[in-house]
Amino acid sequence: MSDPHPVVHPNRGLRRMIALARPRGARFALGVLLGALATGSGVALLSVAAWLLATAATHPPITALSVAVVATRALGVSRGVTRYLERLVTHDAAFRTLADVRVRVYERLAHSEPVRRFRSGDLVSRLVNDTDATQDLLVRGLTPPLVSVVTGGAVVALGTALLVPGGLLLAAGLLLAGLAVPLFAAALGRAPGRRQAAARGELSTTLVDTLYGAPDLVAYGAMERAVQRVERADAELTRVAERDAVLLGFGAGASALVAGGTVWGTLLLGVAAVEGGTLGAIPMAVLVLTALAAFEIVAPLPAVAARLGAVRAAGTRLFDVLDTEPVVRGGGSERTVPEGDLPLRVRGLRVRYGPDEPWALDGVDLDLGPGRRIAVLGPSGSGKSTLAAVLFRFRDPDAGTVELGGVDITAYPVDEVRGAVSGVPQDPHIFASTLRENLRLARPGADDAELWAALERARLAEDVRETMPEGLDTEVGAHGARLSGGMRRRLALARALLAAPRILVLDEPTTHLDPDARDAVLADLLAASEGCATLLITHDLAGLERMDEIYVIVDGRVLQHGPHTDLLSRDGWYRRAHGLPDLPGQGLRAVR
Amino acid sequence: MRPLDPRLVRAARAVRTHLAVTVACGVAVTGLVLAQAWLLARVIAGTHAGEGLTELSGAITAVAVVALVRAALAYGAEAAALHSAARAKSQLRRRLIAHVTGVRVTGSPESAPGERGPGPVWLSGRTDPDDEGAGTPRAGELATLATRGLDALDDYFARYLPQLVLAVLVPLAVLFVVARADWISALVIALTVPLIPVFMALVGWHTQARTRRQWRLLNRLGGHFLDVVEGLPTLAVFRRAKAQAAIIRRITDEHRHATMGTLRVAFLSAFVLELLSTLAVALVAVEIGLRLMYGMLDYETALLVLVLAPEAYLPLREVGARFHASMEGVAAAEQVFAVLDEKPPGRAGPLSEAALRTGARALVRPCRDGCAAPRIRFDAVSLTYPGRTALALSEVSLVIRPGRGLLLTGPSGSGKSSLLALLLRFAEPTGGTILVERPSGEGGAPLEHVPVERWRELIAWVPQHPYLFDDTVLDNIRLGRPDASVSEVRRAAELAEAHDFVSALPQGYGTRLGERGARLSAGQRQRVALARAFLRDSPIVLLDEPTAHLDPDNAAAVRTAVARLLEGRTGVVVAHDTGWSDLVDETVRIESGRIGAMT
Repeated sequence: MSDPHPVVHPNRGLRRMIALARPRGARFALGVLLGALATGSGVALLSVAAWLLATAATHPPITALSVAVVATRALGVSRGVTRYLERLVTHDAAFRTLADVRVRVYERLAHSEPVRRFRSGDLVSRLVNDTDATQDLLVRGLTPPLVSVVTGGAVVALGTALLVPGGLLLAAGLLLAGLAVPLFAAALGRAPGRRQAAARGELSTTLVDTLYGAPDLVAYGAMERAVQRVERADAELTRVAERDAVLLGFGAGASALVAGGTVWGTLLLGVAAVEGGTLGAIPMAVLVLTALAAFEIVAPLPAVAARLGAVRAAGTRLFDVLDTEPVVRGGGSERTVPEGDLPLRVRGLRVRYGPDEPWALDGVDLDLGPGRRIAVLGPSGSGKSTLAAVLFRFRDPDAGTVELGGVDITAYPVDEVRGAVSGVPQDPHIFASTLRENLRLARPGADDAELWAALERARLAEDVRETMPEGLDTEVGAHGARLSGGMRRRLALARALLAAPRILVLDEPTTHLDPDARDAVLADLLAASEGCATLLITHDLAGLERMDEIYVIVDGRVLQHGPHTDLLSRDGWYRRAHGLPDLPGQGLRAVR
Repeated sequence: MRPLDPRLVRAARAVRTHLAVTVACGVAVTGLVLAQAWLLARVIAGTHAGEGLTELSGAITAVAVVALVRAALAYGAEAAALHSAARAKSQLRRRLIAHVTGVRVTGSPESAPGERGPGPVWLSGRTDPDDEGAGTPRAGELATLATRGLDALDDYFARYLPQLVLAVLVPLAVLFVVARADWISALVIALTVPLIPVFMALVGWHTQARTRRQWRLLNRLGGHFLDVVEGLPTLAVFRRAKAQAAIIRRITDEHRHATMGTLRVAFLSAFVLELLSTLAVALVAVEIGLRLMYGMLDYETALLVLVLAPEAYLPLREVGARFHASMEGVAAAEQVFAVLDEKPPGRAGPLSEAALRTGARALVRPCRDGCAAPRIRFDAVSLTYPGRTALALSEVSLVIRPGRGLLLTGPSGSGKSSLLALLLRFAEPTGGTILVERPSGEGGAPLEHVPVERWRELIAWVPQHPYLFDDTVLDNIRLGRPDASVSEVRRAAELAEAHDFVSALPQGYGTRLGERGARLSAGQRQRVALARAFLRDSPIVLLDEPTAHLDPDNAAAVRTAVARLLEGRTGVVVAHDTGWSDLVDETVRIESGRIGAMT
């Protein structure tokens, strides 16, 4: 169903996500430095304190301790302060990066217009979430491991300076706990993750079936069986999860073992070295307590693996969309749409959404003369919306011609066509802004009088005046949620009228409305489009008698066309759609 | 939100076991923390005093043993926690399912025998005339809650609760040990540990207030990008798509400003935690260092205090770090409890024996073998949906005669579907009565005295948007009669004009229909639903807008099948227009919940 696109290698998804964040590298490096200072302060506090105690135990003069005392107090303060600053700096850098990434992603989308993907709201919101995953990448995916590398390196250097085998042991312990254990735990968790996802999917399916289908189940006395199915799925999921718990405890156990083992090892090495005379008792205390505190450095790392995995998946999905080539050619020429009459002439138009897909439009001929109004009628899935997509320049014809003023539309720049052909696309979007902003999309320079005139023509002005005291400044809410379904349709229509295209294309402008609202909106829409070349795409029969001509499209082909009364007096799809019996003598059976 | 919801403990037995195990592990871990500190202090001080491997080997070996036991405990506690989390989730899930479906589920304490629980219908969209009939409106939400929502409890059980236990035990134990060694250090710890939760609560409260003040702004700015991307096709149609990039940058920057303002306050809570815990350790270190120097303390004790001091704060920091992730799980559990607390509307308590007897008498035996259907009389029936004030039906009186067809017409929202909901017992009248009588008129009883299941056995219902399950065609048709034979199903499909397209499917009647019957067109789904009704072969059929939104070819097929289904049965057809009047015996128009003219 999706457009052909190159497959992105999963790892490249992550690398390209990181590349998106590169412009903010300096801020981000500052964040890592502050993070390292914070984590380092925590470890250094115990190291210095160990030195302080070990030295104090030799009862030196107070001056010998003064530096350590000051350092200890300073470290006590610096950890909290630098951690706080680190979080502010990295979040700020992440937000700045997010602005860059969003703009890059958006520009790419505006260029390639993968409009078919926009038919699914879920896909779009996932795309947006994937874009926003860059934030997560910086704050939780990259900063912690980099901080760990810097502080871990410093601690190992200190350890090695005190006692070489001790430093090496510390390095081994940190690598194990910070890298090997998380990676191995993640690998170990993959199979349980898959198993549980499958079981959860089954549970979810049965549950959704049971809840959505509840009325049917209850009416047919089948609820009990459905619940038993859910129960079985739940038992399976629980069984899998209980069994997998045995595997998933590994990470916690191994981390604790490595940390404890390393402390024990340094203790053993330290005691042996002191006994052998290669290490003083004071540095030995420092070494052991440093090792004890050091595992705080790697504590955040197990969570990073999962985080990076999620970001990588997000990146792969994101670039999958971003790498889509524009589906529409053209735009190279400077040709402008001619003045005067602008006839639309479609001949042999064929469109499909992929080489293996069936033809969505399969040889359509259609004419729309100046000032005429035609309807394209067909059941859902008949391909009529693909026609709108071609006219709005979301799609190129795969074969055949679409001529605007005698010139093929692909010869004009895309926006030149859209200046002449516009209207109400399928599911027009109402932006979470004011009425004014929503209207002015169609004509940015329009003054209030023009906006009111458009509302008037769409028969929305009265409603606005009566129910919205803030008039054009009324916020309409996300997706126009504060408007009724009918008002949203009228707003989309007003916007289309304001754009004043020379050919008005209306793609299912009344869908999802109840019959009364549908009839009212349709009547007003037909009144408003009087005298304007109009192409109405619809699946229902209301208002068709007012159109000059009707094209019936089924399975991508024009089955019938002609004026309403003509079609009604002929046997065929249109007549049957009106519930009229076949004409006598045709030999088809009528119902009762 | 409380850290430990008592309802959660009560609701799931697995939680109680888990709590016991967790506390036991917590006590053991606390003991090991103390032992490790003491052993480290002993060995380091011993080395300082000139002792070698031989003298210290016992203590060093003990350190290894402590490490091993701690690792084993960490592993065991996590595995056990995930295990109990799986059980607890299952127990909560089953209670939820039992509650919303009204079906008793194994292992759920809900619902006494006899009268059913609330049943699924109180959250059914079908009883709502404004709704297009999308089934249970909250189904998606509930399904997500029962699966992914509850999964957030893993973190709560496996990471948060254990740390919470440690956050209580460890500071107390540390304080006790340190107090015996050095009371000044103990005082520092005793003063700072309680300050941490207090400050964190204060900061959290302040942050919340600030976020709430900015909520609308943050929400608007945060949603802008999604809004623009969703609207891209619309922007493109008006040639405004490319102009939006600059606006996206501006709004995202505004969002950053606003959010950073909130974060500066929100991060203070972690700042307080880190600052107090580190500063306290630093103060303790300096204090014992100086006392050690003046000989007021021995080295081993000083080391013990130094190693233990950070341990007092560690679990607190862990709890803080886990708090938000874990609270998602608690929030999911609270949502489950909120659903469990919802009481269904309608009659409470089981029916009396006598009532059930009159109800049963009113019914003629279940009707597969050609018995007559009852007569149904609406006597001034009114219906108000819970939470609404408007009457969906207002004093409706009409008679549905056995074996006759009745067409209900009227504009949308007029109450047609509500009438069907009453007949299906998806809703109960809030005024008046529905009487069920034998055809002769004797033995009448209020419909509510008839056991629901027995009543529904008399009815076949073809909704406007029938729900098909992700199952085979065969099982979808057999919904009401799971024991029906293949040839019976086939016969029903033929009557419903469904046999031809079903045979054309790759595996015929064995073809799985996909989520919500996605494999089929709307007209084909309607015909599968009609086949269900034919197979059920019940004396009463209810049809809701059978051909709305269908193309003419499908509509004609459905119409043929409906005509066949109405033959010899009591039929109620709900339709927006009067195009069905030639198939029925009488037509009733409903407007605004009232009966109009009868024809």
